[in-house]
Amino acid sequence: MISNDHFRALFDPRGIVVAGASTHPGKFGFVALHNILSCGYKGEVFATNRERAEVLGRLTVADLTEIPHGKADLVFVCTPATSNPEVLRQAASVGIKAAFIASAGYGESGKAGLELQLELVELANKLDMVIVGPNGQGLVSTPSSLCAQIVAPYPPSGSIGIASQSGNFVSSFMNLSRQSGVGISRAISVGNAAQVGILDMLEYFADDPKTSVGLVYAEGISDGREFADRLENVCRQIPVVILKGGASGLGARAAASHTGSLATDDRVFAGLCRQVGATRASSVAEAFDIAAAFATLPAPRGPRLAVVTTVGGWGVLAADAVSNTSLELVDLPADLRNTLDGLLPPRWSRNNPIDLAGGETKDTVPTVLNAVVGHEDIDATLVLGMGIQSNQGRLEREGPFYPDHGLERIVAFHDRQDSRYAEVALAASVAADKPVLIASELAIGDPNNAAVAAVRSTGHYCFASAERAIVAMNRLYERTLWLDSFGPPSGER
Amino acid sequence: MSRTLSESDSKDLLGKYGIPFLPEVLVSQADQVEAALAGMTGPYAVKLCGQNISHKSERGLVRLGINGVDAVKHACQELLDTARPEDGATGVLVAPMATGLREFIAGVSVDPIFGPTIVFGVGGVLAEAIADVTVRLAPIRRYDALDMLSSLRSRSLLETFRGEPAVDLEALADLLCSLSDAAISIDGLESIDVNPVMIVNGAPVALDALVIFLAADGES
Repeated sequence: MISNDHFRALFDPRGIVVAGASTHPGKFGFVALHNILSCGYKGEVFATNRERAEVLGRLTVADLTEIPHGKADLVFVCTPATSNPEVLRQAASVGIKAAFIASAGYGESGKAGLELQLELVELANKLDMVIVGPNGQGLVSTPSSLCAQIVAPYPPSGSIGIASQSGNFVSSFMNLSRQSGVGISRAISVGNAAQVGILDMLEYFADDPKTSVGLVYAEGISDGREFADRLENVCRQIPVVILKGGASGLGARAAASHTGSLATDDRVFAGLCRQVGATRASSVAEAFDIAAAFATLPAPRGPRLAVVTTVGGWGVLAADAVSNTSLELVDLPADLRNTLDGLLPPRWSRNNPIDLAGGETKDTVPTVLNAVVGHEDIDATLVLGMGIQSNQGRLEREGPFYPDHGLERIVAFHDRQDSRYAEVALAASVAADKPVLIASELAIGDPNNAAVAAVRSTGHYCFASAERAIVAMNRLYERTLWLDSFGPPSGER
Repeated sequence: MSRTLSESDSKDLLGKYGIPFLPEVLVSQADQVEAALAGMTGPYAVKLCGQNISHKSERGLVRLGINGVDAVKHACQELLDTARPEDGATGVLVAPMATGLREFIAGVSVDPIFGPTIVFGVGGVLAEAIADVTVRLAPIRRYDALDMLSSLRSRSLLETFRGEPAVDLEALADLLCSLSDAAISIDGLESIDVNPVMIVNGAPVALDALVIFLAADGES
């Protein structure tokens, strides 16, 4: 029986052994050791090499039996499939509870490989070990500064837990984490998922205090009912974002009935996600947007969205995007409109989207943001147009006239203002315990822009467009609705 | 080989779970029509009913908007004459004609991986082209039923529409919950079609039904 002790051994090991460490920098057994040693892991690191060759300047042992008992909890296995039963037996004999098996040559390679895989699972069960993989790319665990994988990158720390049936999607999500600054707690590629799979990981994430949201890439699903029930149980505890690849491969259905032909695999999966409270995403970027929103924003209590923009066009597109969601672009309450009348020039939009019409003075934006975010009839706020000033500042700083003609002073002022706007927006979010989303294509176009950098430095996520922010916000609100559909949690009234 | 129930038997079975069908009468001979029409107001819909009939419209076995006793009798006789031995015909269903602009399709499909699922979508002749369909695993909660309705891309069809009132969403959710009850209670189910579900004066009315059972073990 796999328990949370096994998962602790996997994600927070006291020590690690790389089995099959190699002197060749192109081999898994080299890269895995390199990555573990390069990202700040604090536990003890051992490596085995049949010839006891030095790898990366470190001594190796010929096999696991030479490692002192109880010093390591995890073995990262890069040895050939045929050697692995012995590796597992030796690992168990020195007190190791978890193995990540990167080796290929198992179920993915045909019938003989599948046989080996089944034997390995049987052996692991007998040894009371958890094995992840085989044929997986590895795992990351930022609370332990652990980068035990044969791929990059090592992401910043945070609360998103990633479990994937494809190791490359783990990398994709972590690349977006590194770009945006919204970090990862645990990330794991389950490979062939011989003993434990996506759901086992999600169930651990739900119990893991370091993880607040699950992010999943899934392909095949075999036991449908069990999958749905277990996923629902996880979703009752933490949000789960799912990117699903591939149809089930069952092909065309018998179409004796109309409904039978309409209930395609994709529609069944889409419906099941809504039913069990999981958030299905349609692309890597959308999945990460939504996971980042769950990880960094408070849950919206209602659908009423305010859009604050410094320029008209963005607000118009944002309003269009809202029309495809469960969100409402509320009419501004009269008292809020009166407040804003006192702050903005007469040409402001006087409705939602709140178009400041370029009328902002030094303190206008912070005052407006506080009034909007804090208003009791607003559940969430989207802020557009941040970074415009510092973007002009960048052009000036890089131009031929800088720093003369007063440019040095004004460029610094622009940067300060944009940083301050972002900080104020996010402080208002915290104070009101309501989501405030910031969107600008500068998140991609110029990640060093003062506004984008300020959002990042507060641990928040800068969405790349208003539409993407609204899609994510809508999914957060849908989760609120789903949780509310069960009534108040027991013990509360 | 799967086994199908006739329209009349399908409706009897599903009616027990609360699917809203029209009052209708099964007649086996044209001379029973006059008695059958007592208490109904025309115009009428007349359909051939039989255990092995599953694509009535395609075969012209549905006659709609018929006025007067004689015309109904005539239509019944024609349909009975059209029946083939393999249809397993049991008679002709006579019902008051329901009219409405909006049609939906509802049903149960048993997925090989996920088991029985509840299916709901936009119906009518363009249904397959529009393919605006939503699915949930059975059983569904009332929340799921309402979420299915709001998940339709064409959900504006549920609002007031070309002079017809808005759809009674609670009644439509009731229908889906009834299907869910049927899906988990009926043994050996392969699929259920309730098609069309017509919106008559804002209320959903199931006009046709087809229950298909999986072949029993040993059958082929």
